[in-house]
Amino acid sequence: MREITLSKAVNEAIAEEMRRDPNVFLIGEDVAEAGTPFKVLAGLVDEFGTERVIDTPISEPGFVGMAVGAALTGSRPIVDLMFGDFIFLVMDQLCNQAAKACYMSGGKLNVPMVLRTNLGATRRSAAQHSQSLHALVAHIPGLKVAMPSSAYEAKGLMKTAIRDNNPVVIFEDKLMYQDKAPVPEEEFLITFGKANIKREGTDITLIATSSMVQVAEKAADLLAKDGISAEVIDPRTIVPLDEETILNSVRKTSRAIVIDEGHQSYGITGEIASRITEKAFYHLDAPVLRMGAMDVPVPFSPALEDLTVPTPEGVADRARAAVRGELFHAA
Amino acid sequence: MPDGYRDGNLPYAIRAYDADTLRAALRKMYLIRKFEEGAENSYTRGLIHGTMHLSIGQEASAVASCMALSDDDKITSTHRGHGHCVAKGADLGRMFAEFFGKETGYCRGRGGSMHIADPTKGNLGANGIVGGGLPIAVGAALSAKRLGTGAVTVCFFGDGANNEGAFHEALNMAAVWKLPVVFVCENNKYGMSTSTERSTAVKNIAERAAAYAMPGVTVDGNDFSAVAEAVDAAVARARAGDGPSLVENVTYRWRGHSKSDRNRYRTKEEIADWMARDPIPAFARLLVDHGVLTDADVADIEAETEQVIADAIAFAADSADPDPADVARDVYNPAAA
Ligand SMILES: Cc1ncc(C[n+]2csc(CCOP(=O)(O)OP(=O)(O)O)c2C)c(N)n1
Ligand SMILES: [Mg+2]
Repeated sequence: MREITLSKAVNEAIAEEMRRDPNVFLIGEDVAEAGTPFKVLAGLVDEFGTERVIDTPISEPGFVGMAVGAALTGSRPIVDLMFGDFIFLVMDQLCNQAAKACYMSGGKLNVPMVLRTNLGATRRSAAQHSQSLHALVAHIPGLKVAMPSSAYEAKGLMKTAIRDNNPVVIFEDKLMYQDKAPVPEEEFLITFGKANIKREGTDITLIATSSMVQVAEKAADLLAKDGISAEVIDPRTIVPLDEETILNSVRKTSRAIVIDEGHQSYGITGEIASRITEKAFYHLDAPVLRMGAMDVPVPFSPALEDLTVPTPEGVADRARAAVRGELFHAA
Repeated sequence: MPDGYRDGNLPYAIRAYDADTLRAALRKMYLIRKFEEGAENSYTRGLIHGTMHLSIGQEASAVASCMALSDDDKITSTHRGHGHCVAKGADLGRMFAEFFGKETGYCRGRGGSMHIADPTKGNLGANGIVGGGLPIAVGAALSAKRLGTGAVTVCFFGDGANNEGAFHEALNMAAVWKLPVVFVCENNKYGMSTSTERSTAVKNIAERAAAYAMPGVTVDGNDFSAVAEAVDAAVARARAGDGPSLVENVTYRWRGHSKSDRNRYRTKEEIADWMARDPIPAFARLLVDHGVLTDADVADIEAETEQVIADAIAFAADSADPDPADVARDVYNPAAA
């Protein structure tokens, strides 16, 4: 199968959906000729023109609100938010407006929009351009949240997001844009709420999102050398969350670590760990562990930044401790 | 006195400042230029990671906008803020050290090139969020008014930022409460790849001032004297308790927006035109024409700034990285009032 970059996969997904449905359009800063600073959307303006690939002024709350209004009235906008960190600027339109329109109107209003943005540290971009803020929107009922972990995932999830009749926020890892993976030429979609078992194992379950899936897989390789068999699960969407696949795995392995690049406190890791504890408690042989980003604003200095995110070695260490029963006083 | 000038017709800068002040201003403009070139070069050599936003071509705007400010007066700055730091008196070694992610940097390596703050000089910080500094500047002005410090805040922002809601909210509140703040828009004609023509409903951003009942003026941002004249008047007005003003410095960034810019949205001719309007030799010429400096003085100043930059880079390169054990310090201030 051919291999393409995550960037190209997103580009293809959007192009295919724009060809399929004339109501789909793109709006955001530097999306047209520039194709975004990451060049993900390069070339789309050449095919679809500036009527459907719209460069905005630097007015994030404004254009996200416009997308909500357009979505309420027959359009299917894809909003590009250049950095995930800017989600703080658009919270009202996203969380008070888009997320609630369907429910508050008794199902009469729909907001079929996609907000695509990014996450991920270690790019030496400092605290305002490095955050992984998906937990903030996952907290709000009415929003769906997708977290692609490869080019294949990015393409399939994007196409599904565009066809969904609800507001969907997609967080791409900005460090993965150049990562290649096999992606079929033929059309495919990836169903929301259906986790992907990336690797089967028997001793411990590693549940990981976005680029942390790679971290978990590398950790599983390290663990294999020690004779420990790790199962790796990628939930693909955190809202909706495929609880069943996660719980079935943990019931089998009896141990779990949840790995995610959001800050560890009050985040995705705590949510998933808590569901496991509630629903698979009597199957557990070790405390369920959370591994998120350190609870500090992301530091600029490379000497510090790399310390703040989970690493394969760190995950493997914790997994070994869990499997060997060394977590009686889990730190 | 050069031909063409009658007595009362002297440029503002020559009338307003003594020779030492003018020499120091020219020196700062050279320092900014050489600093930016040094940063660019260090980036290419792999000493700086991440990205950077260079202000080459905009030096007159930064320096002339800070002429009437003391260390007690405040500025808020932007992602394109290296020049503002230098204009407000920052130490270049500590700036480079910050860019290199070193413990000796202004932010102990935590902030990097986009986040330098130096409260001892009244610099409340650059900002990675476009428009983020505007309400903060108004808050600093509110504080100055409440505490009766007499301090004025100069708020730097770009043409792109004028389309954020924060800009409009900030100007309105500053005007309603007559706060001592000067909004300095550095209109370099583009926000990333998007021109002001494509993004902004008014022709001159200074026209926006009318909506908030404050004076607004557009000046040639590459003309040191013109910028100083406009901003000094606005600072005086703020200090006198007469409220805010908006000054628009029309200028140009020679380099791309940041390290990822392909520069497709503007022509080589446009860039060349603006490079021919280099603010630094223009100001040097003004000073020589008015007998403030000789050509030899100018050459000496330029040469001296080169040495300052070389020393600053050496200081940064020789400095230590932050201690990993300190990664979580300063998330909170442990003290209480
Ligand atoms: C809220 C926000 N939106 C978008 C960006 C991305 N961004 C960084 S600089 C910039 C352009 C800013 O243009 P302008 O204000 O004119 O300043 P200039 O870069 O021209 O100095 C953009 C869009 C950002 N950092 N923050
Ligand atoms: Mg600009």
